[in-house]
Order: sequence, then C-alpha cells, then structure tokens
Amino acid sequence: MVEKATFTVKKGLAEMLKGGVIMDVTTPEQAKIAEDAGAVAVMALERVPADIRAQGGVARMSDPAIIEAIMEAVTIPVMAKCRIGHFVEAQILEALGVDYIDESEVLTPADEEHHIDKHQFKVPFVCGCRNLGEALRRIGEGAAMIRTKGEAGTGDVVEAVRHMRRVMSEIRRLTSMREDELMAAAKEMQAPYELVVQVAKEGKLPVVNFAAGGIATPADAALMMQLGADGIFVGSGIFKSDNSAARARAIVDATAHYNDPDILAKVSRGIGEPMRGLAAASLKEEERLQVRGW
Amino acid sequence: MKVGVLALQGDVAEHVSMTRAAGAEVVEVRYSNQIEGLDGLIIPGGESTTVGKLMERFGFVDEIRKHAARGLGVFGTCTGLILLSREISNSGQVRLGLMDFVVKRNAFGRQVDSFEADIEIQAIGGPPMRAVFIRAPYILSVGQGVEVLARFEDKIVLARQERHLACAFHPEVTSDTRLHRYFLDMLAGKV
Repeated sequence: MVEKATFTVKKGLAEMLKGGVIMDVTTPEQAKIAEDAGAVAVMALERVPADIRAQGGVARMSDPAIIEAIMEAVTIPVMAKCRIGHFVEAQILEALGVDYIDESEVLTPADEEHHIDKHQFKVPFVCGCRNLGEALRRIGEGAAMIRTKGEAGTGDVVEAVRHMRRVMSEIRRLTSMREDELMAAAKEMQAPYELVVQVAKEGKLPVVNFAAGGIATPADAALMMQLGADGIFVGSGIFKSDNSAARARAIVDATAHYNDPDILAKVSRGIGEPMRGLAAASLKEEERLQVRGW
Repeated sequence: MKVGVLALQGDVAEHVSMTRAAGAEVVEVRYSNQIEGLDGLIIPGGESTTVGKLMERFGFVDEIRKHAARGLGVFGTCTGLILLSREISNSGQVRLGLMDFVVKRNAFGRQVDSFEADIEIQAIGGPPMRAVFIRAPYILSVGQGVEVLARFEDKIVLARQERHLACAFHPEVTSDTRLHRYFLDMLAGKV
C-alpha cells in the first residue's frame, strides 16, 4: 500500500537535513547564494527577522509570488513561515507546495491561545520551543521538527544557548526518573504524558531539534551543535552581514565540522563583518519574540 | 568487516546503528584519510548538493574514487545514490561516477509527494520491504554492468554494480536491516 504524509515521511525530511544549515532568504538570488554555499534548505521570507524587528507593524505570511520565485530558483527544500495559529496561511503554503511550514513566533501571532492542529496537514511543520514541555506540546499537535526559539533578528546567540541547554538538561532529567514519577513530570512541564514517557525511555526527542534565533557566526553554529543541536537555522545572520556568500559557506563548513577547532579557525578567517546585532538583554519585554506562543 | 558512514551531513546516526545491527564494525568518517582500511563506505541520506559540496571541499571525491579502484564498496541511499551516479539528468552537481546509470533528482516531486510503499526485492528474500521515499530520486536508465534489484511502479529504485549498491529510498529510517546485511554480504563476496 502506498501512503503519503505519514509521520515517518514528515519527520524523515527533517532527518535528512541533520548536520546542515537552513538559511533565511528573501529573493531568488539570495536562495541561489544559499544553495551554492551548501545550505540544506532555505526559508522563503519577505523580510528577515532583523528587518521585521526594525520596521515593526504586523508581520504576516510572505506573498506567494515571492515564495514561488524562490521555489523555482533552487532544487533544495523550501520552507515558509505562517503566523502562530493561522491555519489558513498554512493551508495556502501547503497549496503552494512548500516542503516545510514554520509556525513561527517571528510573525505576529494570529491566535494567542491555540497553535495550529498540524495533524490535519500533509506538509510537515517545524515549531519553536524554549523548553522541553513546549517542544512536546508542539509535537503533540503534530510538529515533525523542533527548533529552539532563541531571540530571532538579534544576532545574539545567548537565548538560543539558553533554550538548547534547557531542553537537553530536561531530557537528561527525565531519563533519570523512576517510571512512577513521569506523570508528575508531565503535569509540571505541561506536556503530553505519552511523549514524556517516550523521551524518558529513549533519552532524546522523538523528532529532530535544530538551533535557531541569534546565530551569526561559524563559531555560534558550532557552539549550538556541541550543545546537542541536530542542525542550524540562520535567519538574519547571513544576508545582514557584509559578505553573505563567504559567511554562508563558512557556517555550513563549521556545522559539518563543529567538533574540530582547527577547521573552525580556518573557516572563521577573513569572512568580513558579521551582522551588527542587538544585545538580547537590552530588549524590552514587548520586543521579545520568544514569548509569543506557549 | 569494517564499514564507514560518511558523516558530513544527513541521517548518519541511523546508518551507524543499522550497520552495527547488521554485524559490522562501524566508524563515522569525517576526514578523507579515514577511508584507508575500510571494506565499505555508506553515503547516507541528506541533501545531495550539500554533501557533494562538502565532499569536494574536504577532499573526499578523489579519495573515494581511489579506494573504489582498490575494491572499496560503496552503498548510497537517496543522496548517496545521486552521488554514485555517472550522470544526473537535471543537475550539473558533483558526483562520483562509480555506477553506470543516469539519475533524476527529486523525481517523485516535492515533500508533499513523499511516500512509503512496499517494495519487492528478490535479492534479499523474505516479505516486501517497507520503503520510505523522501523527495526521492529514481534511476532513468542503466548501463550494461548494472543489475536492477527493485522497481517501484516501473521506476528503478535499487541497483547494484559489482561492490556498489544504490537505493532511492531510506532503509535506515525503518527497523529492517536486510539491505544493510545484503551490502555486508556483497563486501564479503557471499552474494
């Protein structure tokens, strides 16, 4: 029997992206630069997070014409973002045939209570998280891939580190628990019990977990990999820097060889200025994107 | 039997545990000088443009060709199949050219067209194999030395040439180790 859109097929694509870098792009030209640098996928956007942050207003799904032009330009998978809870934007992205949908806190949420019921879609979803409970709630809703939220559009890696460390240490904590403690753990982290039991048993998330939100240098990418990320999203970090092609390639190489300081030193050399960035600690509460969604 | 899994990008861990379960000693290959002394090399599923570029940048292309000439067997799944090919019909990207076939990338369509299906493979025996196809390629045509081992709806999805094996789907994301065992048997000269 032939079956499409099974969970194996959905999370399977994310598994094929492991050890790779997914780059935000806003034009077909940028998408080509990303592909030539060795990106495993691109995220098609109208504005990168740093510009969304600077310009303010309501951030929505991109114009389908932009997404389609990017899908035409490259042969690697193309992802696109919809607003949290905006299942019609997701329906539109599915109709366009994008390869993955990011239900993203970078866009202005459409629903402050409910995330999308992702089981209803053929196209797989990636969602952000700050801790294990949030990751498992999204997986419970059908997400086939997880990423840390970090703090998008800042070029400051501190929040991505915080979220990755938290997820990994909460997984380790679950694996050391007695079975009769897991229901209380599920209650405490507000996560589906069955998924808590699964993580406790296997010692890892049931889906791939990438790092995102503030990665700007090859060293940042390698840091996140050493902390346990399966791969890297780079948003504003590449096309807000002064030599995008060189930086993109260096981040790809650093992600592949994240445990080799000699290679990291070599690829970090002479790639121009990184994005100027914005210290995440200087943001006001209402400027923090990571608190969107739950 | 010592088998390396190319660990530049892709689902490396899945292949490592499958190959170990099939009974081989397994190493993750991150540097081209690790290929020396291996009986077999597995090129995992991943993004073929990415793995191809990393193979070029880190000196794998000539090294793999050199060791294939002395008898190294290579098993490629999906991305690995693309990289083993002589020709890619819809791309000029790097390839090893170790197997005489023409492949089409993303031949079944985009992710929404990805699927799983049961595939008959006589060479490995037993019931049909559950095959997972993800933005998968298929083989358009093969040269004389290539043996076709499986088709899906008349598309070639599994082929062998001497000590090399190429597969369009992902046995490594299932729990069925038969193809990995078949590859080890190929290396041992049993099949």
